[in-house]
Amino acid sequence: MLDRREWMKRAGMAALATGFGSVKALAVDTVTMPFENGGRPLVRYPQKRPMIGLTSRPPQLETPFSIFNDGPITPNNVFFVRYHLAGVPLNIDPDKFTLEIKGKVDRPLKLSLKEIRKLKAVELVAVNQCSGNSRGFFDPRVAGGQLGNGAMGNARWHGVPLKTALDMAGVQQGAKQVTFNGMDTPVMDTTPEFVKALDVDHALDGEVMLAYGMNGDELPVLNGFPLRLIVPGYYGTYWVKHLNEINVVDGEFDGFWMKTAYRIPNTPCNCVEPGTTPQAMIPINRLTVRSFITSVANGAKLKAGGTTLKGIAFDGGKGIKEIAVSTDGGKTWTPAKLGKDLGKYSFREWKLPVKLAAGRYELKVRATSNAGETQPAEPRWNPAGYLRNVIETVRVSAA
Amino acid sequence: MDCLSSSPAALSSLAAAGASPISYELPPETAAFKPGPNLETARNNCTGCHSADYVNTQPRNVKSKRDFWQAEVTKMIKLYGAPIDESDIPKIVDYLSSTY
Repeated sequence: MLDRREWMKRAGMAALATGFGSVKALAVDTVTMPFENGGRPLVRYPQKRPMIGLTSRPPQLETPFSIFNDGPITPNNVFFVRYHLAGVPLNIDPDKFTLEIKGKVDRPLKLSLKEIRKLKAVELVAVNQCSGNSRGFFDPRVAGGQLGNGAMGNARWHGVPLKTALDMAGVQQGAKQVTFNGMDTPVMDTTPEFVKALDVDHALDGEVMLAYGMNGDELPVLNGFPLRLIVPGYYGTYWVKHLNEINVVDGEFDGFWMKTAYRIPNTPCNCVEPGTTPQAMIPINRLTVRSFITSVANGAKLKAGGTTLKGIAFDGGKGIKEIAVSTDGGKTWTPAKLGKDLGKYSFREWKLPVKLAAGRYELKVRATSNAGETQPAEPRWNPAGYLRNVIETVRVSAA
Repeated sequence: MDCLSSSPAALSSLAAAGASPISYELPPETAAFKPGPNLETARNNCTGCHSADYVNTQPRNVKSKRDFWQAEVTKMIKLYGAPIDESDIPKIVDYLSSTY
């Protein structure tokens, strides 16, 4: 942990040998998110194309929504960024980097990146979505990062199963959870370190991954270089970046970021009456099912006649069974054609040719997962502004 | 496990990943606190841990601005351990609720 003075010094460090260059023009343009106080700068960061700047310290960058129409994979250079603590690791030596595995294990380990790369690699396409994606649309509004729909992305992750590394260390009988800590640090030592936990069975499921590759390249610095946790089907809060410390514990981990933050109501819908306080809360977990129209934006003026609507859908890991589209505000629905299946944790593309005579239209899209989970017509509410998955509406006119 | 595929051939760019340390430079901060009463008190207590846009981007169409900002300041102290003097709390809440 750094004290403040040390952190300031580090933040002010000049670019070293393989730095990513100095940054001069920051804001290149502005955008307005479709909710109150939604003005945002489009900002330019090293390794990134212009992105929607929510905050700068610690950095939070949102993917411009039009990107999601380009294909099912979100490019590294426009993948969203979300930090909680301002001690972002800016100087990283991959040769010196180690991942420590300790706690209730037979053989405590320190694995270098080279050693991790020598282990049998796997690949998995999975959506990473911020718990608070779309928080700006909550009504009543709630405090927190006021995000549009761009704090999500889908990438092909390359790395080794967490199980491989945990088996090398030998998880002991009686272990209950595994905790994950990264190189990012709080400014004040009174601020809780960002540590997350998974149950042992989940950590050993063979799918949770230690990823060092993303879409055929290394992880961008702000997406967790050189190693991050991939928790398929789970919200991004668990996908610890710059992961360098794994601790196997014999109890339920009670750190702030599990016990107090990132909690959802313990009701069947994980929601409560808008504006009210839940009675009991549980840690956030799997992604709710969502779908979006990406080919036309709200307010678009289209040429009357035939057009093909297109978009994406995803859920918490069962896969998408059906996408239905409505051009009449939800009165009638037509099944869309699903695109290529890149795996049950991936964005699933869809498209549907429609005929729009001159007039105004309320376009809607609704996904249903293989588990039968579908999207609500009315938004569900919780005090932290998580889990948004209402059926999205895009209003367009044709002439 | 149907989504995991073994990929023995290392990706070329990953295999070639060199030994050199990386250094990343964050762009300079540009967001600033809006002028208002007790601005200095708010700035001195808030900017140690986060930039001004954490405040600037919060919703303004809330039922009670005072309740909203009191809750935020309390959260910063109680949950995130912000070392804010007792006497500064009302000043910061005043600044935030009258300026935003």
